[in-house]
Parts: sequence; structure tokens; C-alpha cells
Amino acid sequence: MSQEKRKIIPQKHPMPYQDPAARCSNFEEVALGYSEETAVLEASRCIQCKNSPCIDGCPVGIDISAFIKMISERDYAGAISKIKEKNYLPAICGRVCPQESQCEAKCTIGKKNEPVAIGRLERFVADWEIARSMESAPKITPNGKQVAVVGAGPSGLTTAACLALKGYGVTVFEALHVAGGVLVYGIPEFRLPKKIVAREIENISRLGVEIRVNAVVGKLNRVDELLEQGYDAVYIGTGAGLPYFMNIAGENLNGVYSANEFLTRNNLMKAYKFPEYLTPIRVGNRVAVIGGGNVAMDSARTALRLGAESHIIYRRTLKEMPARHEEIEHAIEEGVQIQYLASPIEIKGNEEGRVSSILCQRYELGEPDASGRRSPIPVPGEMFEIEVDTVVMAIGQGPNPLVPQTTPDLKTNKWGNIIADAETAATSMKGVYAGGDVVTGAATVILAMGAGKTASEAIDAYLQGK
Amino acid sequence: MFKIVLKEELAPKIKLFKVMAPEIARKARAGQFIILRIDEEGERIPLTIADFDAQAGTITIIFQEVGKTTDLLGALEQGGYLQDFVGPLGMESEIESYGTVVCVGGGVGVAPVFPIARALKEAGNTVISIIGARNSELLIWKKEMSHISNKLYIATDDGSDGQKGLVSDVLAEILSSTSVDRIIAIGPVPMMEAVCKTAPENITAMVSLNPIMVDGTGMCGACRVEVDQKTRFACVDGPEFDGHKVNWELLKMRARMFVDEERIALTQSCGEGECSCHRKNAK
Repeated sequence: MSQEKRKIIPQKHPMPYQDPAARCSNFEEVALGYSEETAVLEASRCIQCKNSPCIDGCPVGIDISAFIKMISERDYAGAISKIKEKNYLPAICGRVCPQESQCEAKCTIGKKNEPVAIGRLERFVADWEIARSMESAPKITPNGKQVAVVGAGPSGLTTAACLALKGYGVTVFEALHVAGGVLVYGIPEFRLPKKIVAREIENISRLGVEIRVNAVVGKLNRVDELLEQGYDAVYIGTGAGLPYFMNIAGENLNGVYSANEFLTRNNLMKAYKFPEYLTPIRVGNRVAVIGGGNVAMDSARTALRLGAESHIIYRRTLKEMPARHEEIEHAIEEGVQIQYLASPIEIKGNEEGRVSSILCQRYELGEPDASGRRSPIPVPGEMFEIEVDTVVMAIGQGPNPLVPQTTPDLKTNKWGNIIADAETAATSMKGVYAGGDVVTGAATVILAMGAGKTASEAIDAYLQGK
Repeated sequence: MFKIVLKEELAPKIKLFKVMAPEIARKARAGQFIILRIDEEGERIPLTIADFDAQAGTITIIFQEVGKTTDLLGALEQGGYLQDFVGPLGMESEIESYGTVVCVGGGVGVAPVFPIARALKEAGNTVISIIGARNSELLIWKKEMSHISNKLYIATDDGSDGQKGLVSDVLAEILSSTSVDRIIAIGPVPMMEAVCKTAPENITAMVSLNPIMVDGTGMCGACRVEVDQKTRFACVDGPEFDGHKVNWELLKMRARMFVDEERIALTQSCGEGECSCHRKNAK
């Protein structure tokens, strides 16, 4: 194919999706993935520009132009190996990374046209490998050193994979009964199928990483005990597992869930298959989800699939919503209704103590606040009430306190986040590193992975210098 | 997988398991709990630890068959396995030398009171225990409790063992004649509430709350309770709180969250014969 004379196709090849009318009542994956032909055509939209600005946009620094070139040449095995030099969870990142604000935001083609669909191509080639059950474990020479990783979420798994590839013996301690962290308890099946997550984790196990589930560090072993037991370093990636509530009246009524509880029941415990699976979930006829992030979208779309009318209540407007644009669009297509410029001030209940309605205050936008977004200001006297059976609080999560509580030498900030050096992930304790949401507060999967990667390099430098 | 090394029926529908879990047994302290999941389809349920043996590597749990999951649990045999067993969770009991402590256990609540009473005794307290049940047949661990108590009182609803009446009646009598420095009460919610109403406000009355939980590590907030007018998570802040400050009405209300679903699970989960109970029966 002639690179010089080729006319650029202005738009991304569309992603095939499950029809909204059908998908709003099932938990199957919404985005179906590119076919081989579409992937090759999309890959050929990349002009292989010299400076590859896309790579700077990737928190883990994947050689994007190289893997895309390989796809255009139908060298899929080469493409996936190229990605795995930097990222051990490509089937996950291809699905849940906010590419529009990272790699694709920097794409040269994207200056005048739509950028190359980097995320979709990453997913394509990762799925291609999974479909072929390739066992691509590289040869590793053990270096005799041991590292403990606390938390089997995206950050901990990335650290584990990177260190295993360098020859470290790695044990990952996971509190829940399956590995994956937010990938299994938080992100719904329809956005990230759990068999994909399980498969990616199998690949990490194949590197020799031992994953111990049902192991609550802080309770079963403390961080200082892990060091005493012979681990040369510890990485803490325990995530943002502490749900925030609003402290409004009625928040402890039956029918008010944290998004964490709502999603965990459904995703981790498979309550949507109740009573075949024994964990119940109850949504009633109408659900209000409070918040405007990806977790709010996931909750609202889950509620819809469980058969309820689903509303999102958000303080600002569409423009300020922190959720990915694609997720908002999908939610609206499926029938989620969004109330902008409103926030609950009270949840009311019936005589049985169940939620019956939610009373909301109207807001308008004022001046930009510290986050750069225009801040919502209440409009005096403007209130409205919606009858609902369920309220899901998706207003954010704080760091899980179990490890800091039981590790007094570990310095935390006033919100309870572990203080770690941005360059090295080093904490106040020698040999102890931390990264991901427990350090930054709730952020994205890929940023947590980036932190894991940074930490793995710092841990390697520390242990090799030892 | 976690092996059930001993199964005993203590009373009708009340069973004891010793589960092989050496790491948990090494770390467990009085007052903490575990969460278990029977199999892939199972729910995660919290049970307060009834005893632990670091040398044998076992954790003892005692449960009453009151719903789908506890029924399935009771159907497991000695030598069988639990898919998941995680702990020790929650804060351990505060154990100090208080002086005279009254330990109250009602129904299966006698089991988790046992290690706390033992620890209090070892810490030098005079331990007065009151255990109760509907009738003598349902009374568990009488012998165990008598070993570690300076004095043991028994109350049954029908008077078939000990005094006829409630454990809180016995407590009132003790309080009228003895100087008590602290009270520990574990059992059904109405029992714990009655104990706290009987005890004067100036005597701390610790109760162990067992609200609905999912993860048990502070992640989901299902176990929200109100103590001293503040929302707390029983799994990480508790499970023990000063009962004088617990909002009992809220606790009782939240326990009814899934009352309909619990009935459905008990009666309808056998739809296609694909459910776990059918598969177990087929084995």
C-alpha cells in the first residue's frame, strides 16, 4: 500500500454495538469488537508519523505506532507482543481506558480528522490472542528476590507482572475471593466481561506470580510482618475501597446503596442471576443514581438491566460530567434519564423503612472551582421530589483504611491516602511502595497501572542496589 | 478450599464446624469474625468466631440454620470443604482488667461470647456469665462457659434449665446485688437491646452487631449501623460497639432489607434443578 498518496479516511471505523433495545435487558458485552478486516483498515489510517505523539499520551508508554503498523501488516502476534512489552492487561485497557483523553487525544490524524481508534485496535489484537489461547509466557530467570503485592487490582497486577518479568518472585495478596479488584467487583460484565479479566490474570499467573485470594493484609498479615517474613519489598495497591455518602437525612434507609455495594452485589456476586446465585439485589421500579462519573453510569445501566426505570441525578451539566463521553452516550441510548443541575437533600422512606422518594435541590452553574469546572450553586426555593425505590450513591470513594490503620509507620494525608513519591512510588517506610487509587484517590484503571509500572522500576532499582 | 475437620450438632438446627484455616487461627482474637462462601453460587456470610486454636490450625464457628445459606451450610459433612473462608475480620474485643464483668450470651450468641469471656478471665477479671435459650435443648456450650466463668447463670424461656425467664431478668438481679464494671452481650437483637436497657448507662455494655455484609473489609457499606448518632461500618469499625449508643430501631429495620429475597431463595431457587442444592443432592 502506498503510504504517500493515500487519502486519509476522516472517521474511525465504527465499533459494532449490541442494539440498545436488546442490550438494555441483558448483561452481555455492549461493544462487540472489530473484525479482522475492519482492524486492518483502521490500522492503515495511522500515517506512522515520525514523532508518535500518541506514545506520550499513554500512561504506560506502549509503542503504539509500532503495534498498529503490525496490525496493518496482519502480524497480530507481533502486535500483541509489542503491546505486552509495556502493558500486561491489553484486553482490559482496550475496553476501559479513556483513550479520547490520552493516546487518541495526541494522535496527529486527530488534528483534522477523527484520531486512529487506538483503543479498539488494542482490544482487537488482545482478543485475537485470547481467542487463540496462546501461551506466550516468556523465559524468566529468577533473581532470588521476593516482593509482596497487596491488592490484585489493576495497579497490583501490573506491578506483579512487571516484577515477575524482571525475575522477582511475586506473591499478590487479595482480600476478596477472586483477583481483579475493581475489574471484577466494579466494572460491569456488559463493559468488561469477567472471562476476559480472568484470562488476563491467568496470563499473569503464567509468569510465575502467585495470587493468594481471601488474604486480607492488615488482618491476616501486616505490612511489617510481610517484610519480616522475607519479602524484600512490598507494593500497596489497595484501591479506593471506602464508599462516600452525602450525610443527608434518610441515607440509612433500606434501598440506599453505595455504588460499591450495588455493583459488588451484581458484578462480583452475580446477583443479576439471583436466585441461582444466592446474593440478592433489590431495585424496585425506579432507581436514582447520584453522581456523574463512570461509576454512576455503570450503576444506572446496571439498574436498567435489572428491570428498573433508571435516573441519574447530577449537580452540574453534561459538559462537566466526569464520565467518559462514550459511557454517557450508551447510557442515554439505553434509556437512562439524566437530571442535570440537581442534587438530593433528603431521602424519604415509608413506614417499613424503605426508600419512597428523593427530594432534590435545583442548581445553577457559577464560577469555575479548584477543579476548573464551574461550581454548582443552589437556586433558592427550587426543589423537586421524585418517587423512587432505590438510591445509589456514586459520589466517589476514599482509600481503603485497612492497611494504613494497621501500619502506623505508613504516612497518610488528611483524606487517608497513602503518601507516595510521584517518581518512585516510595512511601515513608523503607522497602514499601504504593500506587493507584489508594495514593491518588479514585482515578482510572490505566493510571493505576501506570503507577504500578513506575513502582516496579523503583522497586527493581532499590533491590538491585541493595 | 477450606476443610471442615469437625462437624457437631449442638442442638436441633444448631451446628458447630471446626474449619482448617491455620493462618487465620494464628491471628484470630476474641470478638473477630470470618466471612465464608460455600461455593461459586454462594453468598458471603459473616460469622463471629466461636473459638480458635493456633496449634491445631482451626477456627470454630457455630451457626443456626435460619435461611438458605445456613441450611446449605448445615448440610455439608465433616471432611467436606468450603470454597472461601476469610478473616480474621473486624476489631478484636477490648480486653482489660475491668474488675467484675458480666458476659451474656443468648441462643447461638453464646458461642462468640465464649472466647471473649475466656480472654477477660485470663486478664484477671471476675467473670459472671449468663447464658440463655428458649429451652434446655437449645442451650449450647453450658460446660464450656462454666469452665471459664467464676459464676454461671442460666435462663430459659420455659424454665427447662436454670431460671425461667430472660437473660436480662437475671442481669437485673445481679446488678441489684453486685457491683459490675462492664457487660458483654451477644445474641439476638432483641436480647442485646433488652440487656442494654437493663444495664445502667454508666456501665459500658458492649454488643456484637451482625448486620448484612458483603465484603467485610469496609468496601461496600452494606453493614451501616448508627452508633452515637454517627454512621459506622460494623465490619471495620466493629463488630462490637457500646450498646447504650446503638440505634436499635435502625439495626432491626436494616436487617429486613432482603426479607422477600430471603424467602424466594428458600423456596424458589430450585427452579431448573441447576441450582447448587440440586447438584449437591445429585452428588
